[in-house]
Amino acid sequence: MTALALPIDRDAADRADGVVVMAGGLVRRYGEGDTAVEALRGVSLGIEAGRMTAIMGPSGSGKSTLMHLLAGLDTPTEGKIVVDGVDITALNEKKLTKLRRDTIGFVFQFFNLLPMLTAEENVTLPLQIAGKKVDRTWLDELLATVGIAERRNHRPAELSGGQQQRVAVARALVTKPKVLFADEPTGNLDSSSSKEVLGLLRRAVDEWGQTIVMVTHDAGAAAMADRILFIADGRIVRDLEESTAAEVLAAMQEVSSR
Amino acid sequence: MTRVALKGLLGRKVRAVLTGLAVVLGVAMVSGSFVLTDTISKAFTSIFSSAYDHTDAVVSGKKLVDYSSSGNATVSQATLERIRRQPYVAAAAGAIADLSGDSTHAKLIGHDGKAIDHSGAPTFGFGIDTSQPRFNPLKLEAGRWAMAPDEVVIDPDTAKNEHFSVGDTIGVAAVGPVQRFRIVGIAKYGDVESLGGATFAVFTVPEARRLMHIDGYTTIAVAAAHGVSQDELAGRLQRLVPSGTVKTATEQAASDKKGVAGFLTFIRSFLLGFGGIALFVGAFVIFNTLSITVAQRTRELATLRTIGASRRQVLRSVILESAALGALASVIGLLAGFGLAKGLSSLFGALGLGLPQAAPVYATHTFVVSLLLGVVVTVLAGVVPAVRATRGAPIAAARGGLPQKVRSRRATIVGVVLLALAAFLLGYAVTGNRLGSGSSLLALALGALALITGTAGVASRLVSTLAWLFGAPARRWGGAAGRIASENAVRNPQRTASTAAALMIGIALVSFVAVLGKGVHDSMNNAISGQFPAQWIVTSKNGWSGYPVSAGAALAKAPGVARSTEIRGDRGLIGDTQVNVNGVDPSTVDGLYRFGWKRGTTAAALAELQSGGAILKETFAKKNHLTQLGQRFVLLGSSGKRVALHVAGFYESSRIAELLGGVIVAQREFDAAFPRAMDQFTLIDGTPTKAALQRSLAVFPDTKVQTHDEFVKNQTSFMNSILNLLYVLLALSVVVSLFGMINTLVLSVWERTREVGMLRAIGLSRRQTRRMIRQESVVTGLIGAGLGLPVGLVLAYAVTHALSRFGVAFELQATTLVKFLVIGVAAGVLAAVAPARRASRLNVLAALQYE
Repeated sequence: MTALALPIDRDAADRADGVVVMAGGLVRRYGEGDTAVEALRGVSLGIEAGRMTAIMGPSGSGKSTLMHLLAGLDTPTEGKIVVDGVDITALNEKKLTKLRRDTIGFVFQFFNLLPMLTAEENVTLPLQIAGKKVDRTWLDELLATVGIAERRNHRPAELSGGQQQRVAVARALVTKPKVLFADEPTGNLDSSSSKEVLGLLRRAVDEWGQTIVMVTHDAGAAAMADRILFIADGRIVRDLEESTAAEVLAAMQEVSSR
Repeated sequence: MTRVALKGLLGRKVRAVLTGLAVVLGVAMVSGSFVLTDTISKAFTSIFSSAYDHTDAVVSGKKLVDYSSSGNATVSQATLERIRRQPYVAAAAGAIADLSGDSTHAKLIGHDGKAIDHSGAPTFGFGIDTSQPRFNPLKLEAGRWAMAPDEVVIDPDTAKNEHFSVGDTIGVAAVGPVQRFRIVGIAKYGDVESLGGATFAVFTVPEARRLMHIDGYTTIAVAAAHGVSQDELAGRLQRLVPSGTVKTATEQAASDKKGVAGFLTFIRSFLLGFGGIALFVGAFVIFNTLSITVAQRTRELATLRTIGASRRQVLRSVILESAALGALASVIGLLAGFGLAKGLSSLFGALGLGLPQAAPVYATHTFVVSLLLGVVVTVLAGVVPAVRATRGAPIAAARGGLPQKVRSRRATIVGVVLLALAAFLLGYAVTGNRLGSGSSLLALALGALALITGTAGVASRLVSTLAWLFGAPARRWGGAAGRIASENAVRNPQRTASTAAALMIGIALVSFVAVLGKGVHDSMNNAISGQFPAQWIVTSKNGWSGYPVSAGAALAKAPGVARSTEIRGDRGLIGDTQVNVNGVDPSTVDGLYRFGWKRGTTAAALAELQSGGAILKETFAKKNHLTQLGQRFVLLGSSGKRVALHVAGFYESSRIAELLGGVIVAQREFDAAFPRAMDQFTLIDGTPTKAALQRSLAVFPDTKVQTHDEFVKNQTSFMNSILNLLYVLLALSVVVSLFGMINTLVLSVWERTREVGMLRAIGLSRRQTRRMIRQESVVTGLIGAGLGLPVGLVLAYAVTHALSRFGVAFELQATTLVKFLVIGVAAGVLAAVAPARRASRLNVLAALQYE
C-alpha cells in the first residue's frame, strides 16, 4: 500500500495520545420511575487509533447500547463522549450529521444496502450525499481490496451475504472515517463469509491504520481484535489485549457465569 | 440523492403504478374536461364566426327578451333596399336565421312520422338568399340550393342518421301543420363536423317567411364599400336604421356566443369539480401509500442518515420521489384525458345532451393546468409522510423490524376542530333564507369539505369499533382466517382509517346525491301532480317549446273529450323585467288547472281576464310592486307589441316545478302581444283514448299526448338522467379509492410476508390465505361505507332542511343503507383480488427467510 492511500491522519491521532474515542461515566437509562431499565451503568473507556477493539458480552449486557452511544446514534442519560476531540453529546442534529459524514463509518449486521442501487453506487453513496467527488483510484483500490471489483455493477439481490457485507464495509471505508463501527458484522453470515469479512476489517487496520470498534458475540471474531472489552450488566468487566479464541471463550464463560 | 429517489421509484414499480393511478384518473378528468369544453367552444365559435365571414355589419330587429319562441322584431324589405342604396355599402343580403333565439324553428319529420328532436337541441329553419353567396355561412355538400317553394336543403347529420338523400321528400313542421318538401341539397354549417343534435332546414326566403310566419328578415348582413371600416359602417347604419340593432360582425359573433359561453363555463366547472373530487380522493391515497412506504423504509432511510445524509436531504429525496411520481402520473393522466373527452361527449349524448363536435382542441391551458395540478396534489399529499421520514432516528438502521406506529393525537384534534367548523358552516348555509346565495353555497362546499376531512381525522379513533362491528361476521363464520382478518384490520388503525377515508369520500357524495335526489324528485312529483287535475295533457315533443294553436281546436273535437283548454306560453317584458307569460281561455281553464289563489282572489277573477285583467304570481307581483288590484301596467311582447293590462288577482304555485308563469292573461290579449302565439299545454278531461287524441293530432307531429301520471313521471325523469350522470362521475372517485385499498393491502401483505409464510407453514391453506386477505379488505370497505354514509346523510339532511320550504323532505329508506353497505363489501372484495392471490402464492420457505 502506498502512503497516499493512508486513510488515517496519523499526526492528529498521535496528538490525542492515540485515543480517537473517549467516554466517561456513561449511563443509559430507558423509561422512567419504577419501570426504568439501566442498559449502561457507568462505563468509561478510550479507543486507541489504528487498532481493532472488540466489545463482547452476553445478550442484554449493553454492548450494542454502548456502541450506539459511541457512534452518536443514541444519546447517553449521563456521561460524556469525545470523538476525534469533539464532545458529541453536546452536538445538535446538524453537527451530528456532519460527524457521521466525515468522521464515522458504519457496518451493520443486516448489511442495509439500498436494493435499487448497484454495489458501486452503494459504496459511493456517502460521497454523493456529502456532495464530494469520487476519487476513482481510491474507489478502484477499495473495490479490489474488498473483492467486489468484478461485481461492482450487480445489485445487492444478485450478491451473496458475504459479498453484500463486503460492499457494506467498502461503503463504510470510502470516506476514510476516523473510526469505523461494526455492529455484529458477521452475525448474519456463514463461517467462510465471516472469515472473509473479518480478514477484510483486519487488513484495513493493518494496512491503512483504520480504527475499528466491533460489537460481536463470536469468540472467533473477537480473536481478530487487538483489544477485547467484556461487558456484563451494563459495566465493563474485563479488558483483554490480543487473545486467542480459546482465551476469549474462557473469559466469556467467566463473565457470563458471574 | 436524486438518483436514490428516482431509483427508489423504479425499484418499486408496482407500488408506484398503483399510487400513480390515483392521480392519473383525477388528472385525466381535468384534462378531459378542458379538451371537451375547448372543442365544443371551438365548434360554437366556428358556427358563429362563419355566419359572418364576409360580413362587416349586421342589422337586426331589437331584441327585447331572451328565449322567446315567437321571436324578436324583424327588419323589413324596404330597410334592406335602403341599405343597399347607401354609397358606403358594397352589398347587403337579408336572411331568416336566428342562431341565438328560438324564433326560426322548423322541425324535420323522420320516416316514422315523428319530429326529429334530440332532446331539445335546436331545430333551425333558415331562409337564405343564395344569390349572394358571400353572406352564406352554409357549404353545399351535395345537390343545389332551394329555388322553388317546395324545395329544401338539409343538414348532413339528419341526412345520414335519418337516411334521407337528395331527391327524397321530407316533412317540415313550423308554426302550422306539417308540409312536405323535396330535398334538393345537403349542406354543412361552416367547418363544424356535427351540430350536436341540432338540425337545420334551408328554404328560399319567401318560403321561410310563409312557413315560420315571419315578416321581412331577422338579420341583414352588410359588406362595407372599399375603404370603409366595420365601425364606421356600423355607426352610419345605426343612424340610417335607428329602430334596429346594428352591430359589427365581430360584435355580433361575440354576442351570439355569449349565451353559449355561459353554458360552456358551467359545464367546464361542473366537470372540473368532479376532477377535483377525484384528485382529492387521490391525495388521500397518495398520502396513505407514501406514509406506509416511508414506515416500511425506516431502516433504509435511517441507513442513509448514518452514512451522513442530513434531514433535509432525506426530506428532499422523499419529496422528489413524489414529485417525479406526480409528474409521470400527470403526463399519463393528461393523455388519458384526451380519450376521456370522447367518452364524456358520448356520456352526455347518451343522457340526451348532444354537444356539437369539431376536431379536438388541445389548448396550452389544458397542459399547464393538468400537469401542475397533478404534481402539486401529489407533492402536497407527500409532504407529511416526507417530514415523518426525516423524524426517523439514525439508530433505527441498527434495529431490525418495523417501528410500531401510534395513532396521531394531532390528527384527532385537527379532526375534531374541523368537525366543529363543519357544523358551524353547514348551520350557516342552511339556516335563514340564504340557500342559493353565493355565501351559502361557499359555506356549504367548505362545510362539506371540513366534514369529510374532519371525519377522516377522527376516523382512526372509530376504526376499532367499526372493525369490531363489521368484523363480527368474519369472526363468527370465517374460521381462523376470519379471526386473523378481523384483527389485521385494526392492527394499524391510522392506516386502515386513511384507506377507508378515501372510500368514505366517494360513498358520502354518492349517498348525499342519492338521498337529496330522491327528496327533490318526490317533491317535484307532488308539486306537478297537484297543479293540474286534468286527466290528459298535450305538449310539444320536448315538453317546453310551443306547438301550433290550431292543434287545440283539433283536440277539442276528438271523440271522448269532455272538456279541454289550451294554454299559450312565451316570454314578455313588464318594465325591465323579463317574465314568462301564459294565455288561458278563462271560460274553460278553471277545473283543469288548479290555481292556488292568494289574497282573497277566487276563480271569479278569471272572468275579469276577458276585459284586460291579468292574474299575477304572488312572488312576481311583490317583486315588481304590482300588489294593488286594478293597478295598471303594460306588457311588452317579444316582437315589440304593447298590451295594456290591469291586476285582477294573485295566485301561487309550487316554488319547485311550476307549470305557469308570472303573468296570466286571456288568449285575446296574449295573441295581441305575441303575433306568432304558440300553445304550451292543452289540458283535457273526459274519456278519450290515447289513439283518438293522437289521430286528431296527425298533422301536428311535434306534439305529445300523455296521461296525467305519464306527464308527471316524464317531467321528473330528467332528474334521473342528472342523477345517473352524477353517479357515473362520482364513480370515478370510488375507483380511485379502490386503487388506494389495493395499494394498502399489497403493502400490508408485503410487510407481513414472514407472518404469512409462518401461517402457511403451520397449515393455513391458499384458500384460507385468500379469504383472510379478502375479509380484511371487506372490513376496510365496510368501514369506508360506515363512515361515508353518515357523512352523506348529514349533508343531505342539511340541504333538504334548507329546501324544506320548496316541499323537499328528507327521507331515508332502508334500501339506501343496504345499497351502500353492499357497495362497501363489493369494494372490499374487488380490491382484495390481486393482493389475496399474491399472498396465497407466496413461497413458504422464501417467505419465512424473508428479511
